[in-house]
Amino acid sequence: MSVLLEIKGLTKTFGGLVAVKDFSLTLEPGALTGLIGPNGAGKTTVFNLITGMITPSSGSIVFAGRPVVGLKPYQIYRLGIGRTFQNIRLFKGLSVLDNVRVAYHHRGNAGLFDAIIRTRRFYSEEKMITEKARELLSILGLETREKDMAQNLPYGEQRRLEIARALIAEPKILLLDEPAAGMNPAEVGRMMDLILFIQDRFKLTILLIEHQMKVVMGICRWVVVMDFGELIAQGVPTEVQNNPKVIEAYLGKSGG
Amino acid sequence: MAAGNKLRVDIGTVALLIVLGLFAVLGFLIVSGVINPYVHTILCYAGIVVISALGLNLIYGYTGQFSLGHAAFYGIGGYTAALVTRSIAAQGWWVLPLGLLAGALTAGAIALLIGLPILRLKSDYLGIATLGFGMIINVLFKNSDKLIKAMGGAAGMRGIERLTTFPWVFIFCLGAVIVLRNLVFSGVGRALISIREDELAAEAVGVNATSYKTLGFVIGCMFAGVAGGLYAHLYTYLNPDNFDFLKSIDVLLIVVIGGLGSISGTIIAGAGWAFLLEGLRVILPSAVQEWRMVVYPLVLIVIMLFRSNGIMGGSEFNFLKPQEYRRR
Repeated sequence: MSVLLEIKGLTKTFGGLVAVKDFSLTLEPGALTGLIGPNGAGKTTVFNLITGMITPSSGSIVFAGRPVVGLKPYQIYRLGIGRTFQNIRLFKGLSVLDNVRVAYHHRGNAGLFDAIIRTRRFYSEEKMITEKARELLSILGLETREKDMAQNLPYGEQRRLEIARALIAEPKILLLDEPAAGMNPAEVGRMMDLILFIQDRFKLTILLIEHQMKVVMGICRWVVVMDFGELIAQGVPTEVQNNPKVIEAYLGKSGG
Repeated sequence: MAAGNKLRVDIGTVALLIVLGLFAVLGFLIVSGVINPYVHTILCYAGIVVISALGLNLIYGYTGQFSLGHAAFYGIGGYTAALVTRSIAAQGWWVLPLGLLAGALTAGAIALLIGLPILRLKSDYLGIATLGFGMIINVLFKNSDKLIKAMGGAAGMRGIERLTTFPWVFIFCLGAVIVLRNLVFSGVGRALISIREDELAAEAVGVNATSYKTLGFVIGCMFAGVAGGLYAHLYTYLNPDNFDFLKSIDVLLIVVIGGLGSISGTIIAGAGWAFLLEGLRVILPSAVQEWRMVVYPLVLIVIMLFRSNGIMGGSEFNFLKPQEYRRR
């Protein structure tokens, strides 16, 4: 099988702190992989490295046969890697519709002058982008919220809006950073269904960071465990769950 | 709207008609002498202030880039336009627009050159860098006579023809409003606002923040260039002191008082500011003229206390919004 994302020997140091150390990971098309580990293990740093928000100290990241290290975040997004954030980062003062539309802006050909003199091209493109955005909003159950300011949405809807925003450009890989954080059990269940649904609907490859074992064990087909910046184990969920190294990382050494 | 479905009148069209009507009335009052030349000048100055402030609102209010160097671009536009019009011997309606074009392009070109390196900085640091730039430009203006005699250096530039009239100010002010409105309610505008809201998230959804920040900065400075050109040909005299950093603060105040990211607010605050400062001169008896500078800051404090998000608080008059953004 071909490989969609290949990370090899990824290392990132901040001064004396080694945040990620010699980390390797491959994602095949259609994978739904969980990235877990105790707080501070370096999971979000891996996301930031993949999306170009920080530059690795060493190592390579190849997406669909193309090295992406050194590219800017907006370039990596345009290649087809979308993400959400652990602490939701919506454009709070923009409407729900605009939050999604802004993420599709780069696909347009209408430029500054089309906007200023309102050419036919501007209108037809706005229509195209708006239709696309509305489609996404209705898939994520936000169609009635279109005109609301993003900051006025309840928490769960903000999470869904962030996913809608990440999906509009039809990414091949979606990186979800704790999508079910802070949710009650019923909401967690709905989020799990949603993740499975969007994966199927958009033919996505998903890498997700999650602390709730219910989510990881429930939907992930492969699990990668990090501790102190290093990959300590990987396998199918049941294997990983019983791996002594993983148990040690989470609970500490027995009798120690 | 009161009209039924059959007789739906677009509120934008109505607003445009009202604005044109206002233009006709003011024009008539000026021609017939009801509005005296002094008030005419204030009226023009108000329009100029609005154009310049709209430019800063694009930079700070919409894109979130803190600039304390706006007056420098205003000055660059003023001096450039004045140099161009005085070098044209011919007479004609096109002389002023040509000067303004030159002013806008020069301000925009310099904004591009300075913007590329300094727009990497964030908030306060960007403010300090633009402040430094403004000071450099001010020093250049003060010593300009060593390079170009006509610019007059610290003594100021004289002998500029009075070409700025109410219709010109009106046309350029209306144009600035339309350009900015069409810009902010478009994909470009959404990209600019997304940078203000969260630059990192904007980059993560495909917005090239560096190039959009530069774009917003250049266009905003071009507005200042046009305003400076109109100013030069209104007062026919340019003094470097009129473009120092205190003048940048004035524009910043107007933008903040009107409301960040609000065209409507900038128009109200800009026009209000010009008329308040000058109007108090007329209203207050000569014995208490000095109180002008007490009344004005008091007004600022009261507005900030009661409307901390500015007069319009980031929203717009309905007629300025495209259909889909209007409520009801």
